[in-house]
Amino acid sequence: MIKARRRPHEWIGEGAAATAALITFALTLAIFGFMGWLAMPLLQGETLTTLFTSVWRPDRGQFGILPMAWGTLAVALPATLLAFPLSLGFACFATHLAPRRLRKTLKGLAGLMTGIPTVVYGFSAVFLLVPLIREMAGRGSGFSIIAAVLVLALLISPTMILILISAFEAVPQPWQRCFDSMGATPEETVWHLLFPLATRSMVGALLLGLGRAIGDTLIALMLAGNAVLAPTDPFGPARTLTSHIGLVMAADVESLEFRSVFACGLLLYLLIFVLTLLVRYLTRRPAA
Amino acid sequence: MKRGHLILTALIFWAITPILPGAQADPWSTFKPLKGELVISGGTAHIPVMKALATKIMKVSPGIRISIAGGGSGLGIKQVGEGIVTIGNSGRAPKPEEISRYGLVLHRWAVDGVAVAVHPENPVRALSFAQLRAIYSGSLTNWKALGGPDRTINLYTRDASSGTRSVFWKKALGKGEIHASALFVKSNGAMKSALAGDPYGIGYLSVGHLDPSVTGLAIEGVTPTLANVKSGKYTIARGLYSNTKGDATGLAAAFLDALYSPTGQELIAAKGFIPVKG
Repeated sequence: MIKARRRPHEWIGEGAAATAALITFALTLAIFGFMGWLAMPLLQGETLTTLFTSVWRPDRGQFGILPMAWGTLAVALPATLLAFPLSLGFACFATHLAPRRLRKTLKGLAGLMTGIPTVVYGFSAVFLLVPLIREMAGRGSGFSIIAAVLVLALLISPTMILILISAFEAVPQPWQRCFDSMGATPEETVWHLLFPLATRSMVGALLLGLGRAIGDTLIALMLAGNAVLAPTDPFGPARTLTSHIGLVMAADVESLEFRSVFACGLLLYLLIFVLTLLVRYLTRRPAA
Repeated sequence: MKRGHLILTALIFWAITPILPGAQADPWSTFKPLKGELVISGGTAHIPVMKALATKIMKVSPGIRISIAGGGSGLGIKQVGEGIVTIGNSGRAPKPEEISRYGLVLHRWAVDGVAVAVHPENPVRALSFAQLRAIYSGSLTNWKALGGPDRTINLYTRDASSGTRSVFWKKALGKGEIHASALFVKSNGAMKSALAGDPYGIGYLSVGHLDPSVTGLAIEGVTPTLANVKSGKYTIARGLYSNTKGDATGLAAAFLDALYSPTGQELIAAKGFIPVKG
């Protein structure tokens, strides 16, 4: 058995990578701890019970952030569920199903779309989409969950598309030619070769899109109306945890109201953590 | 003891503020030798005046850079107190505890009204205080009851940092309730575009921001015009403040001097506010 002597540049590289990983991990934990520490005044005693109620009335000492947690789920989950199949379809089309000349243009388009600033989407939607939704619904103001969901889906799609495209392109060409020579249609190649091989990347794309949807502040802040009631109607308003943080951030630093921002941060952390575990659990490989 | 001390400090700050900068013949000449960066944030009602003045100053003296951000009165007070910005604007007088905690010096340079506004197509043109309170508390929910279309009233309000909100809440609603279904926007500008786009909305914004895209309502028979705010007939009014931590120095002092100069006061009037000194 050959035991290779490790050269200096190998262990330096390995060490640097390990340090970077460790720092990232420690920072994530530190932020979590920091938020917990800053939210402490709210997390002990009577205020803890008011935190997990559904009434946000800081002037009466009620800091319920549950409506915002529901708001986050009501906006982020439908947006991801809408964007994922669309992205999957786009990626399949752009890599395998479209005429060859069109493929490059489509890929370029997806790349271009990732570069559009969020505020542009939000601003155009305020003037184009919101009045349309108000008139279609015949009630409410148009600043609604559905407006935020539609624009958020548009926002997170390009990221998902690019990940899926690179995953599909990583499938070796010879294997695809094997499928061709066996007489498989492009659709069959996609279904029986690409999807099974790219499952992990698909989960990755889904999680990244979900993370972006939950973390995005501006779209919900500009389009979802931000009322403090728990969401009940897709054509009605909702306030997400992130836009709540954005709205309350400017409050007096000494106030409990301001402290509640850190409780929102903790809740966001936990929410993303649980959703990530859930998606990983649902898409785990069967023990073959 | 400690409490008395705090109140005393607050009173002293009340007494010595605002400091009146003397008017000068040519406010722009003082900027020529000055250089550097001036960062301003806070009240969004102030922004049109701040921007116009900053543009003039930066034209005269290319070595000066002035950046203006919104965020609301609460944010302006917080950021100037923490030294993040040099001038923090607020559309309400900072609270005594804010003044004493941060050692703020107040500069009030205009009086502004807070108008209750609707979309121009909405036929409703006047409300009483009682009707306004009923609308905002959620007990009056349809425009039909006020002579408007048979549609639900969409309430718009501002976030907790807003000085416009705190003045509206105190002087128009009598500290009454704002219903939880109200939609939140983040600035006077955002309020205007929300109301200009929603025929069934109602909201409130700085009188200086009123233009033909939204219609200001008469409250108890008094329309929100400059003349009515000036005479005191329109009662939902407040001062516009620019606050500094301690006395203003250098660029900030020159900027405030320019605001109080005749040219500055003309500019304030041109933007729809009532200029005042001190």
